[in-house]
Amino acid sequence: MIIGLDVGGTHTDAVILSSKGIEKSVKVPTDPADLFNTVLSGFTRLLESIDPGQIERVVISTTLTTNAIVQQTMEPVGIIVSAGPGIDPECFRTGDHYYPVSGSINHRGREKAPVNEMQIKDIGKKLVDAGVQYLGVVSKFCVRNPSHEIFIKRILNRHFKQIFLGHHVSGNLNFPRRIATTHLNAAVFSLHKSFFEAVKKSLAEKGLTVPIQILKADGGTMSLESSMHFPGQTVLSGPAASIMGAIPYAPAGQDAIVLDIGGTTTDIAFLVDKAPLLEPVGIQRGSYKSLIRSLRTDSKGIGGDSALRVNKGELTIGPDRQGPAMAFGGPLPTPTDAMVVLGLMENGNREKALAGIHTIARELGLSDEGAAEKVFKTCCTIILKKTFEMIDQINSQPVYTVHDFLEGYKLSPQKILVLGGPAPYFAKKIEDLYQIDTLAVPESAVANAVGAALARTTCEVSLNADTEQGIVTAHEEDFAEPISKTFSEDDLMETAYNLLQEKAINSGADPENMDEVEVVEFQKFNIVRNFSPRGKIFRTKMQLKPGLIKGYDKVLH
Amino acid sequence: MLKAMHKTGLVFFPAFDWAIDPTHPEREERLLYTQDQVTEEGVFDIPGIIEYKPVLATAEDIRRAQFCVPDETSITTESHLISAGGAKVIADAVMGREVKNGFALVRPPGHHSMRVSHGGRGFCHINIEAIMVEYIRTRYKVKRIAIIDTDCHHGDGTDNIFWHDPDVLFISLHQDGRTMFPGTGFPGELGGPNAKGSNLNIPLPPGTSTEGYLYVINNCVLPVLDEFKPDLVINSAGQDNHYTDPLTNMNFCAQGYAQLTTLLKPDIAVLEGGYAIEGALPYVNLGIILGMAGIDYTGVVEPDYNPEKLKQAVSLTDKIKKTTDQINTYWSKRQQMRDAAGPPGEIQVRHKEIF
Repeated sequence: MIIGLDVGGTHTDAVILSSKGIEKSVKVPTDPADLFNTVLSGFTRLLESIDPGQIERVVISTTLTTNAIVQQTMEPVGIIVSAGPGIDPECFRTGDHYYPVSGSINHRGREKAPVNEMQIKDIGKKLVDAGVQYLGVVSKFCVRNPSHEIFIKRILNRHFKQIFLGHHVSGNLNFPRRIATTHLNAAVFSLHKSFFEAVKKSLAEKGLTVPIQILKADGGTMSLESSMHFPGQTVLSGPAASIMGAIPYAPAGQDAIVLDIGGTTTDIAFLVDKAPLLEPVGIQRGSYKSLIRSLRTDSKGIGGDSALRVNKGELTIGPDRQGPAMAFGGPLPTPTDAMVVLGLMENGNREKALAGIHTIARELGLSDEGAAEKVFKTCCTIILKKTFEMIDQINSQPVYTVHDFLEGYKLSPQKILVLGGPAPYFAKKIEDLYQIDTLAVPESAVANAVGAALARTTCEVSLNADTEQGIVTAHEEDFAEPISKTFSEDDLMETAYNLLQEKAINSGADPENMDEVEVVEFQKFNIVRNFSPRGKIFRTKMQLKPGLIKGYDKVLH
Repeated sequence: MLKAMHKTGLVFFPAFDWAIDPTHPEREERLLYTQDQVTEEGVFDIPGIIEYKPVLATAEDIRRAQFCVPDETSITTESHLISAGGAKVIADAVMGREVKNGFALVRPPGHHSMRVSHGGRGFCHINIEAIMVEYIRTRYKVKRIAIIDTDCHHGDGTDNIFWHDPDVLFISLHQDGRTMFPGTGFPGELGGPNAKGSNLNIPLPPGTSTEGYLYVINNCVLPVLDEFKPDLVINSAGQDNHYTDPLTNMNFCAQGYAQLTTLLKPDIAVLEGGYAIEGALPYVNLGIILGMAGIDYTGVVEPDYNPEKLKQAVSLTDKIKKTTDQINTYWSKRQQMRDAAGPPGEIQVRHKEIF
């Protein structure tokens, strides 16, 4: 049996799954001020009358990091950046303890200016004097040559509790995002560490000793141990949990839309042949941009509890939530009230709902039923409009080869999967309105916990081989080996595959769920100088795709 | 926070799977390091910089500007059509006011392709700027367009296509044709009888540095643009004036290119040549992008940049000043020259010097 637990904004869901299906599910309120006790009470209720010895797998998804970012309760972190030529690194300042230093590496990974040891020692002293205990070091093009970062770490290692290096964050290029991501990892490290050590200890006391897996934003899991190096990857794992929970119901070989309709917002995501679509570079929310691998999701400020208003004769829905629906004692009419009025939902106080919808109806000059119908229909239209915009955006994403331009994949979903409380009503309405096959995911109230429980371990490696310089590297994995001039595409793929396997095992993957390997990117270039070939550059990214572990997907149907 | 001063559109199409042949300067690798630099700098994340996906240019698009012999399909590949299509997309974004200006970083280039194209000529098959200009004129009814060609080679294709067109001001700054392909672009080449002075060719001596280049921009190109009052300024942004370019002998630099962009304020820039793919292009392209977006570019300096080594000889400065004066004289007399060209209908014979 396996356990999935997902801490949400208002409540926390947990399930136990066996090969027969959902064995048990519980829901406890989330106390944002005490997530540890929230998680613990989830486990306590789940494990009542269950033998913990039968549990083979535990996956946890929390809002710990997300909350820390939102509430600005992160640890002060020192950041040292060496930029070299380009945009002024001051633009990427992370806070008071931010120091651009000399030293420069170019796009081929060649050193163009050295690090100044005196300068580093000086900054180290200032940081220590300021009481900073955690440090991030990021150099431009460190993914091509991390030697400056390593050198700086060596100089300052004994003065700090933990030093985070930019090249470990991701194999992707993007200096500003790497700075932000390294900063995030360093800033939530101690919070993450103490939280999960406490969880691990408490679970062990309950007799639950299987290794804990943590859900990441890309819908995959990582072991508790590897999460200590990249705690930032747990940010926004909540939406990922729900989307993973929809996968069992997604059509094979086709594209699907996932809509998770919550109280305040609706999350929108896409599945291609049962695998979720990922962000090309990393999580971005507003002006915050990172290199954290993530599912491609977007949210629209519309949900069951969105406030309804009439402005100059026009109905507006959300984006704010002023409380629950009036049917449940809230202050303003909401789409949920409309569903109560229409008789779709049976719980809640119908009279109060009707009173709320009536005010809207009067202003719109409609009957109560007519207004409720209009509210419901408008919700569907707004959500679907946003969804279609996202599809257009995905399909107009720039490509960089003639082949991709001509043969590139076009997303064309043929099915919609709806999650969240009002999913069944919405599914039916959307199908009526848009004539697209739409399904409310069964047990959708705990789909997030199911998604967490079933998510398999994911990881990615990025390799760069340069036969002119005679080296193949995957600096993110601290891997660098000399190669000969005859190093080939096959050699690269073999090296990448081995590194990926190793990384997956270290991240807690079990061997039977490691066959979904995908080459995300492959490029090959001749290096020519003065009209004669000097060597070749090969680049590849290989990943273990997000998806579900084997042995459970069928039982959910 | 970092933000573009005005919205700038970018089409980035490095055609990583297309080359003239494997060791040719116009090959897959050409924009690789530019992409690395631009990606590492996070340029596509900067608010106000918007990346567009190119489209395929059609045969009809080409036919507005050129005659292809035997036909469009025979002398183009998809990469040529995407390159021209990239320029078209930027034109739409600028003309539709989605962005203030835009830069098409596309390859292969186009400015050596003439009115009649038989295929490859100076790495160019179809003239992507001319195709874009005719597209803009047809679709958006814009009349007066200025094209400033800052590639190190004479933009003889564009020159040829707009030779007789007084509404298109074509100015090419290039290394002296006596020392460089295509061996044309001398000051006396001024345009057809009705368009004299609307083609200005400014040859620069080998060794011209940033100082000389910007002198011409400030003392000739900008005053001429002021008088011509174009509705749209296009920059054929070749980058082979760079001091490390393997095919040319000039001493221009990334800072110079960025300043040039700030001075010219092109509505649309289209990448042309530039073959110092590792030491120049990453920095020059970054400089141009930042210049167009109005973002501080003072940190964009080549790692091996040494202004002392690139200083321009005094004799060159004099030479450049003389050429500038000569071009300004031609420009001021353009109307007299057109009047003196003879009555309409009279057969005109053109003398053309090619080195």
